[in-house]
Amino acid sequence: MSGTTVAPPPASPKTRAPSRSRLTDPAVGVWLAAAAVTALGWITVAARGGDFLTLANVVGILQNCVALGLVAVGQTAVILTGSLDLSVAYLISLGTLVAATTMEDGGVVTAVLAVLALSAAVGLANGLIVTGLKVNAFIATLGTAFILRGWIEDNYTGPAGKVPASFQHLGYDRIGPVPVSLFLLAAVAAAMWLITRRTRFGHHLYATGGDEHAARLSGVRTRRTVIAAHVLCSLCVGAAALFLASRLGAGAPWAGTEARYDLESIAAVVLGGTVLAGGRGGVAGTLGGVLVLAVLDSVFNQLGVDPFFKNVVRGVVIIAAVALYARRGSRRSA
Amino acid sequence: MHSPVNPLTRRRALIPAAALLAGALLTSCSSDAPADAPAGASQSAGSGEGGDKPSKFFEQAEYERQLKLGKETPQGPEAKPWEQMLEPEMTDTTRYKKKGAGGTHLCFSNAGVFNPWRQVGLKNMKAEVKLHKEISDFTVLDAQGKDDKQISDIQELAGDKDCDALIVSPNTTATLTPAVKEACGKLPVIVFDRGVETDCAVTFVNPIGGYGYGAVAADFLVDKVKPKGKILALRISPGVDVLETRWSAAKLAFDKSELDVVDAKFTDGDPAKTKSIVSDAISRHGSVDGVWMDSGATAVAAVEAFEDAGVDVPPITGEDQQDFLQAWKDKKLTAIAPTYPTFQWRTPVIAALRILDGKEVPKEWKLPQPTVTQANLDEYLQEGMPPLHYAMCGCRQMPGFPGYWGGKK
Amino acid sequence: MSSQTTTAAPYRRVARSLGAGAPVFALLVVLLVALAATDPGFYEPDRFLAFVKRAAPLVILAAGQYLVIVCGEFDLSVGAIVTAGVVAAVEIYGSFPNAPWPLITAGLLLAGAVTGLVSGLVTTRLRVPSFITTLGMMLILEGAVFFWTGGSPHGQLSEGFRQLGRGTAMGRLPWAVLACLVAGCVAVLLMRSDFGRTLIATGDSERAAALAGVRVHRARVIAFVLSGTAAALAAVLVGGFSGVSAQAGRGYEFEAITAVVLGGVVLGGGRGSVVAAMAGAFSLQALFTLLNLQGVSGALESTVQGVIVIAAVGLGAADWSRLRRRRTHSSGGRPS
Repeated sequence: MSGTTVAPPPASPKTRAPSRSRLTDPAVGVWLAAAAVTALGWITVAARGGDFLTLANVVGILQNCVALGLVAVGQTAVILTGSLDLSVAYLISLGTLVAATTMEDGGVVTAVLAVLALSAAVGLANGLIVTGLKVNAFIATLGTAFILRGWIEDNYTGPAGKVPASFQHLGYDRIGPVPVSLFLLAAVAAAMWLITRRTRFGHHLYATGGDEHAARLSGVRTRRTVIAAHVLCSLCVGAAALFLASRLGAGAPWAGTEARYDLESIAAVVLGGTVLAGGRGGVAGTLGGVLVLAVLDSVFNQLGVDPFFKNVVRGVVIIAAVALYARRGSRRSA
Repeated sequence: MHSPVNPLTRRRALIPAAALLAGALLTSCSSDAPADAPAGASQSAGSGEGGDKPSKFFEQAEYERQLKLGKETPQGPEAKPWEQMLEPEMTDTTRYKKKGAGGTHLCFSNAGVFNPWRQVGLKNMKAEVKLHKEISDFTVLDAQGKDDKQISDIQELAGDKDCDALIVSPNTTATLTPAVKEACGKLPVIVFDRGVETDCAVTFVNPIGGYGYGAVAADFLVDKVKPKGKILALRISPGVDVLETRWSAAKLAFDKSELDVVDAKFTDGDPAKTKSIVSDAISRHGSVDGVWMDSGATAVAAVEAFEDAGVDVPPITGEDQQDFLQAWKDKKLTAIAPTYPTFQWRTPVIAALRILDGKEVPKEWKLPQPTVTQANLDEYLQEGMPPLHYAMCGCRQMPGFPGYWGGKK
Repeated sequence: MSSQTTTAAPYRRVARSLGAGAPVFALLVVLLVALAATDPGFYEPDRFLAFVKRAAPLVILAAGQYLVIVCGEFDLSVGAIVTAGVVAAVEIYGSFPNAPWPLITAGLLLAGAVTGLVSGLVTTRLRVPSFITTLGMMLILEGAVFFWTGGSPHGQLSEGFRQLGRGTAMGRLPWAVLACLVAGCVAVLLMRSDFGRTLIATGDSERAAALAGVRVHRARVIAFVLSGTAAALAAVLVGGFSGVSAQAGRGYEFEAITAVVLGGVVLGGGRGSVVAAMAGAFSLQALFTLLNLQGVSGALESTVQGVIVIAAVGLGAADWSRLRRRRTHSSGGRPS
């Protein structure tokens, strides 16, 4: 069965759910993969006479996880409901611009509130278009992305605004060796984990993604759930935009797009074992997926790999990882 | 009901993790707080910088300066424009003089190689490095167009890589300022191409700039196109600082002239879109009497659009890309190609070695910005180079030319 | 199982496909009328043919994408195939300037088919969701082709090769229009054949189709192969039309999917007609042209485009969501 197709055959879950052992859980698998990639990187770099696991390098890797991590955590929520969000990249760009320009004139607090309000509004719009207009999420959020893009290009002619030094602590400071921004990621991820795993709404997320029709029949307000998931996702993206603004010191129209946060975040989520069709997976796996990508990047940096070749490896890794999960999944249900 | 994983089955495994994350949540709350009340953290020094610059793209003083520089004769060896400098204000570098023996380790934080201009440039730089035996190591980190990654790259290179000097080609002016500032405290930094909003770098290498580029192209059209002529302006994309300056200077020139800019369109650098835009413009306005471009990537597509429409190609501006120069010669166009020379990628290496040698360098190393005109076209057009090569590479005398640049003898 | 797989009566098929695609035809008519109003010369034969020529690559991509989408999958790699195809052709011409163009064209089509084959096999045999397979394929292709060429290709496309995208047959008719017509006819015939029904059945309900004896894996793999081939053909046209470029296919994957969805084809498969999908591509191209002619501020163009796409798809969905609910209760879940 392919992840993009309709609901799984009704027979499988009975056999699947109880026999789920921890090692075959993709969320665990991806953390093992992250460890393996790290070990492999360490060996290759050491063979070249370098040192991979220095404190600075590890901290660097974690630092590089933050932006993608925040977006991917948000993306997890929407993907769990069987939706997805392609507008994140432009929302990040717009978020950094709004943050930086607001901070220039007003205060930091106003700016943070403005960015979060903007994000929530975009998420709400996405959710309403998906559920209300019944536009497929792929097209709906792609459309939103275009709208945001036009808005950015019409209103900003390049980097704008200035982030005060006080707010740049978020992007540059460390507590001991640990970057402050990592705590932001941890906080957002923890909050999202609690929401998805510990609340009634979380159950609804999984139920909606698993089988929307059945969920509706059993009393879940699926529309509301999807809308809320989109809002949550956009709020995470807003957090990512704030982090990037603090790191960049200004707003940049291409902060989100050059890094392809839209597709990268989806790749990270799926790498983390969340099923694209929704209903299975979670935040813990996503963080593992983000870590794998960041470790890979760092290894490439250390080895001075050609940037084009990096993309080849990333593509292969993403496909291979998901193929592995699929094998595991099939063995379990077989 | 099926599919949704029962969260209970995972609960036990995740409780420690939850505790950890909850802890993190608490910590982060308290460590986020200093954001509002600066509590003497790492990089508090040197704030006030950059804030005084207006964020508008057009700066009258800089515009006038560039036009003036364009008319000056640079100092330095005539055959090596990458070593020339305009109005240099030399600065002392003895404190950076490398002590002890052993090879030099140069490091380079590159914004990316996402367009042919940067690809040719990086080849130039690598070839320049090979010319110098004293460089034992050359580390390049590629940020792939991501500001965030380039900040980390710079931190990594300035941190624990034992680089002797750091060359930076910033992806974005404003956003890389803090990272460069931090690196300046640790090792000599050379910035080139785009600048940063701090003068902490030992030298900033760049050609005359976007105003000069845009003005040269616009003046050519003002000269060649009859008054009231219809000008089509093709731009790559909005919001790119170097391109915005080119356009603002051109617009100024067109506003002063009697030419009529009928359209200013963004092509996204896509030749197919360019052809569509040009042929639509021809049919909508009846004719187009001149084409101004903010960069040359789509020049040949524009030329072809006129051919396909069956009309003569009007005066057109492009860039020093091989395919355009070739078309210019083959089709006998009325054209001009201002350049943003890729030979500027050689200069930072030369500058770094001078700095490590304790020799003085200009605080801002302004390179000349030659223009390809009808008169010198044959001099710059070299047969057998790949279509996306940039003629102003200053690489012809380098070992490995033309093969290393993808050309044939 | 729903009616699609069992009703063979042609008139019902036609009625249904028109019903599903009605909004896109309305949209296309509105856009074409608007184009005529904006620019009275638009329907002069040469200009109109030039418009069709410009739309041809997207129409062909949409036809290929339709085959993949209707059987329940995605192909995000088509843009990368276009880019890789153009760059590879240039690079080959760099080494063999006198290579005959039919050989290069055939080689590209074959390479496109092989790429599709790989995507199809990975998706069906390794059970990787096609979104991920083709996303990975996109990274791999773009990375590989630029790694191979060192960032930019080293040749010139020969005039012969460029004829297909740029030249005209018999004086007036652009080759690209002919290629577009041929591809369109092939797609329509294909969807009328047994294979077409198989494909729709697969997308509608994989399980039901499999139980009915359809070799669903094979159908999907063939859809990917055809989509890859269509993308390679688009690469030939784009390369011919605009010449050397290192970003020839950028954004085409999203445009193709948007075009197909505009045509009323449901992501997740099982519904929609290939004619409507191609009409979606024409609409999209007409929209681009209209925005260009109207002189909408360059920057706001994407905003207008986004609003129109959402609105059009929203209208399409609203029109027959009632109908859908009545007809197919069984395939309740929907992908995205």
